[in-house]
Amino acid sequence: MTEDRLEADLAAMWRIRAFEEKLQALHKSGELIGSVHLCIGQEAAPVGACTELVDGDALFATYRGHGWALAKGTPTRELFAELLGRATGVNGGRGGSAYFSAPEYGFYGENSIVGAGASHAVGAALAGKHDGSGRIAMAVFGDGAMNQGAVGEAMNFAAAFDLPVLFVCENNRYSELTPINDMVRNDQLTERATALGIPATRIDGNDPARVRSTVAGYAAEARNGGGPAFVELITQRLVGHYIGDVQQYRTRAELEADGLVEPLAVATSALAGSGVDTDAIEGRARAEIEAAAEQALADPFADPDTAKEHLYA
Amino acid sequence: MTATKLTMAQALNTALRDAMTADESVVVFGEDVGPLGGVFRVTDGLTETFGEQRCFDTPLAESGIAGLAIGMAMNGFRPVIEMQFDAFAYPAFEQITSHLAKMANRTRGRVRLPVVVRVPYAGGIGGVEHHCDSSEAYYAHTPGLTVVAPATNADAYGLLRAAIEHPDPVIFLEPKRHYFTREEVDTATPVPPIGQAVVRREGRDATLVAYGPSVPVALAAAELAATEGRDLGVVDLRSIVPFDEETVLAQVRRTGRAVVVAEAQGFASVASEIAARIGERCFHHLEAPVRRVTGFDIPYPPPKLERHHLPSPDRILDAVDALQWDET
Repeated sequence: MTEDRLEADLAAMWRIRAFEEKLQALHKSGELIGSVHLCIGQEAAPVGACTELVDGDALFATYRGHGWALAKGTPTRELFAELLGRATGVNGGRGGSAYFSAPEYGFYGENSIVGAGASHAVGAALAGKHDGSGRIAMAVFGDGAMNQGAVGEAMNFAAAFDLPVLFVCENNRYSELTPINDMVRNDQLTERATALGIPATRIDGNDPARVRSTVAGYAAEARNGGGPAFVELITQRLVGHYIGDVQQYRTRAELEADGLVEPLAVATSALAGSGVDTDAIEGRARAEIEAAAEQALADPFADPDTAKEHLYA
Repeated sequence: MTATKLTMAQALNTALRDAMTADESVVVFGEDVGPLGGVFRVTDGLTETFGEQRCFDTPLAESGIAGLAIGMAMNGFRPVIEMQFDAFAYPAFEQITSHLAKMANRTRGRVRLPVVVRVPYAGGIGGVEHHCDSSEAYYAHTPGLTVVAPATNADAYGLLRAAIEHPDPVIFLEPKRHYFTREEVDTATPVPPIGQAVVRREGRDATLVAYGPSVPVALAAAELAATEGRDLGVVDLRSIVPFDEETVLAQVRRTGRAVVVAEAQGFASVASEIAARIGERCFHHLEAPVRRVTGFDIPYPPPKLERHHLPSPDRILDAVDALQWDET
């Protein structure tokens, strides 16, 4: 791992962290309302994985998807505008935190129904096989989604049809508010994939370089006709399932331990003594995010008169 | 020669064939629809003609089938998926209502999903509970879904062509009891626009409003009524959503009396919505409250009992008799 790469990854992770922390502030001030799911603590996964996707590939994320959208190149101002209900948002302010999509940036959407996007990714991959584009698709979901039938169906479809789909499971140990290990008998989630004939790996999801190299290997195989793969990223949420979740189900000790292994802390420590000014990286990220939020806040709200548009041709 | 006698299954097959020939982005998939040609033979020969990339079998996973169609439609294809039986579509209901129906509106038209969900629909074949459901209300209640139900073989052809050309999702309800009924079909007839009802029979005394498998029943009732001196008109909706209010209301305003006929159970149904619309919009033209003749509010009954459940000409005429006729 080169220090340049780690420096770039830390900057990318700080953009996501700063974005999410700005949302916390906007929620507190009442500018942001509704159900909002933050990915604070899980920034390494999108930063590591998205560099291995190219133009034409299709990424499908979950409702905890702001980080994936940003890492895939969705502009911060349009994203803030979307979450703040502004007409200038990527979906005109109608999608919001858990529903927006921006396929023009390869971000095919979040999904508020747990696991529902996995089969969309399979369809995108099948389309790529048929149209000769060579597209691969990435379906991102959490550990909780492993217990959804929709994910099982999608994985079997991809396996049966040899489709280039990378299934990325962000295991933050909690299925919404319940420990995943209480809801499975076999906690080796990768074995669900291998049982279907899909190669699978469990890795440290807090290390963007490790995420990148693993995804790169599977992506290369998928592009060469090798079919689907499954990557389980062990990570942690430093915040609740949604803004307002006070997490009675977690101990202080657990949260403190998570704070020591979370990706920004790890990357910052790794760069100590290298001459890289990590404070300046953070400062630049926060300045960009502040400016984008300010611009979005000045934009007009979505017009209720347009509510019935785009329902019937 | 473009006019020929076809069964409804053949008319639908011809529509798929012609659409696949006209547009390479049309793909057909579902359970057993590939080389076998589907349990009702609607996709017969399509794999052979167009290859297994254009018409293929899938795992038994309706939710996955619908999700796959969404992902393909996002990337330039026009999938036509088969749900095999009406109630078999319920595992796909989540994909259809939460994603397929909502994407265009949510993305302000940036992501449109030209998917046709073909549903062999309703009863009358001596099937059983999960094979004979009338599921239209679930779809019609969901904003963003166009819902079509042909009654004739010519419309089966034309409306399926129109549904495949439609830029947004269409639920296509095929009255399965007519799959093997033979009728004249002229494939050169211009494709009827979705959202346009048709007056199947003009009548002065009362208007029967029906769609899909209930249209022939309403026409039979009108024939019977004619022998008793009553002149009943029949409107075939063809599309449930969009609902052609104009055609229905014009007919009812002329006759002043209406009976809505549908196989689905009546409570909170499409028939109820139509009756409410007529009541709201034509109140001062009505001589009697609008009546509904529907299936009963029970799960679809077993084969030996289904004839009691399905609207029949007799039940329709009983409803017509109850429309407060002036006996002078």
